[in-house]
Amino acid sequence: MQIELRDPNIIMKLSRLGSFHQSKISFLRSFLEEFKNWEFNRDLFDLDENGYGEAVYSLKKNKRIYSLICFANALSDDERSDRVIATKWDAAFVLHDGIPTKKDISRLKINVPKQEVGRVSYKELTLSRANKSLRVFNHVVESLTNGKQPNNKILSDVGYLYRTTAVYGSGKFGLADRFRLKNRNEINGPFRLEMMLVYLIRQFTFDQVNHIAKCKNPQKSIQLDDKVSRSLGIGNSTGLGMAPFIVNHPTLLNNWILAREKSLKKIREIKTIALKDKEIFLNCLSNSYKNIASWNTDSDFQKKKINQLIVDLKKLNQYLKSEFDFNKNYPFNELYLWIEKNLNEECIEYTVSMMMEPYSEIVNPYIKEMSSDEEKYFNIPTDRTISDLRNILENKYKEIIKIDFSKKENNQNFWFISKNKEEPRIANRYEEQGHELEQPLAIARDIKKLYQKIFTEKNSLPIGKFLINNNELRHVVRRAFIVEKFPYAEIQDNIIGSKLVPIDMLRLKLSFFGAMKFDPRSDKWLRITMFQGAPLAKELNNLNEHWMYN
Amino acid sequence: MISLSEIDTTCKRASKAVGFSWGVAEEIGKNMRLLEMFGIPGVSNLLGYFNIYKENNFKKISLISDKNFSESKPFCPIVVGLNFLDQINSLNNLKEINFKNFAYPIIFLPFASRASEIIGKKIIVNIDDRKFILSFNHTILTNSIDNLKIENCNSLSINFLDNKNTFSHNDWNDLYELSKKTFVEETDSLKISSAGAGLTDND
Repeated sequence: MQIELRDPNIIMKLSRLGSFHQSKISFLRSFLEEFKNWEFNRDLFDLDENGYGEAVYSLKKNKRIYSLICFANALSDDERSDRVIATKWDAAFVLHDGIPTKKDISRLKINVPKQEVGRVSYKELTLSRANKSLRVFNHVVESLTNGKQPNNKILSDVGYLYRTTAVYGSGKFGLADRFRLKNRNEINGPFRLEMMLVYLIRQFTFDQVNHIAKCKNPQKSIQLDDKVSRSLGIGNSTGLGMAPFIVNHPTLLNNWILAREKSLKKIREIKTIALKDKEIFLNCLSNSYKNIASWNTDSDFQKKKINQLIVDLKKLNQYLKSEFDFNKNYPFNELYLWIEKNLNEECIEYTVSMMMEPYSEIVNPYIKEMSSDEEKYFNIPTDRTISDLRNILENKYKEIIKIDFSKKENNQNFWFISKNKEEPRIANRYEEQGHELEQPLAIARDIKKLYQKIFTEKNSLPIGKFLINNNELRHVVRRAFIVEKFPYAEIQDNIIGSKLVPIDMLRLKLSFFGAMKFDPRSDKWLRITMFQGAPLAKELNNLNEHWMYN
Repeated sequence: MISLSEIDTTCKRASKAVGFSWGVAEEIGKNMRLLEMFGIPGVSNLLGYFNIYKENNFKKISLISDKNFSESKPFCPIVVGLNFLDQINSLNNLKEINFKNFAYPIIFLPFASRASEIIGKKIIVNIDDRKFILSFNHTILTNSIDNLKIENCNSLSINFLDNKNTFSHNDWNDLYELSKKTFVEETDSLKISSAGAGLTDND
């Protein structure tokens, strides 16, 4: 049986993309899979009794070594801020290519804690900073100091000891450009070095609390239990800075989503499923209730989604128990058709992720296709014609070209780069200043402009000639020819409209990272947890590939 | 050291700031990244050009022909570059293209380098007495690596090289003879047993 890939006009709507969940193809999971046979070491741990100082951790295989260098600093409570305008953090981190020399560490000690105003070199790969969750950090240190394990309730309310407030890579602030590393197989997956950095930070947070407790009370203190450590991840505060990424990298976005869609298609095409695969799926479902019940948020928007997800999962469970027969032909196709008809978007995508769990042999080859050589598609095929362009717009932007941009609500917002922090922001065009410096992210509006512009042009006119007098639309001409080749490259929504919920864009990206427990703090930023439940660095060699559902 | 990614982003934004559209700014960002990757000073040439861009009038050409002369105003390297890139499939038929009076000609090079990749032909760009060979956007060879911040040139000419070899037929034959020394002489028995094809041609 041949199943069609899901329709981009449905899947690429923001409400659907904002309902995506982590899965086997998520970057933090594929990172662990790739590095499970690497040797983990703590090479330097030079902290004082308060936990301030330097540490170095490494992952090594054959002659390749990646080292995380950590700088932990004293920070007063009034200096601690997750916002991008902060200039000091509890700790700063950099991932170095190879073994850092003393000279490297001295150089980085000056620059890394400064983050955006420091400079690093091509020998550094990713850069980050993090703040303590004071509530959890202090409680854990105090408990361990007194010889007790921390209170589970306090831990599960937050889920981490530290949260990162930014993770930078790909050439920012002097970091290595991607092209320098492109021939390394182990990092041939999106954001793999960023995932490595966050994973190693997690280990540092455990070692730091153990160290402080021991310094405070060498006789009585105990170490954080491995099971408790495993239940903690690394938090992350994410604002709008991440949102334009998925618009600015259409081929990459396509490759992420296509990997998910191809996996689902293949799984729906399985005629009969093995008992063990059925059990893996059902086990994920039964463990999901516990995971979702510990998903805390103050956001009414998210609470509603979580409640609906729980209701839908119960409905799914009921259906599986009372009506569904896994022994029928093409059971996952039948199940998929049922969930599309009976459940909400949040649960549909949650279930799609669970369906992928038993099928490493289907899913893993697609993980290798999730990067993109974007330069390859940059040139506009100027020998193509207006007729070609019109066909693309009418087929790939069917809904977009129907939007009326003369209506205020469809044109309400503009995206800009803040002068203070050089970060993307969004504002109301009719209330705030600066819309003349709008970033080229109003794709829907500009595609509509292009469609109107070519309306009166001759079908046979080559694009090269059209561009002579229409270079103000060059960015969307380029885009249309990219989207022609990549079905999931474009968000099928208007991201300057009044109905935009920006966290849908953030959540899409974060779900591919492998984040869990999305906790929106407004419609423009949210907190998440990464690597919660993941094996510890010393356990990497015995990775249970379904750890997310344990 | 500034990374190529930072060069791309900053050149793109600066290009938008001086008045180019976002789509054109994207081209300029990518081009400066390319130049710097090839070790040619893109950033300083671009900044030099942008410093005089607003006060001066530059000749903006739309359709490029074999002879393009402008006495009073120098040609804009970005507008010429864009049109050269966009029209490369038809320009490719011209033997030589000449420009007189051209501002910051180094900025034009990456447009031509990318055009070389599109048409699959090497392109030679002569900037006064400097010569650049652009090979399929993989390499840029030049006879002059010093003082490549050039504010203006009197003459810029472009030639499309036909795809032909750089060596003589005799050189090739000699090399081929040498390569044959890795082959095994076939005995009658090897002829029968090692090819894998049927022994009867008329079966």
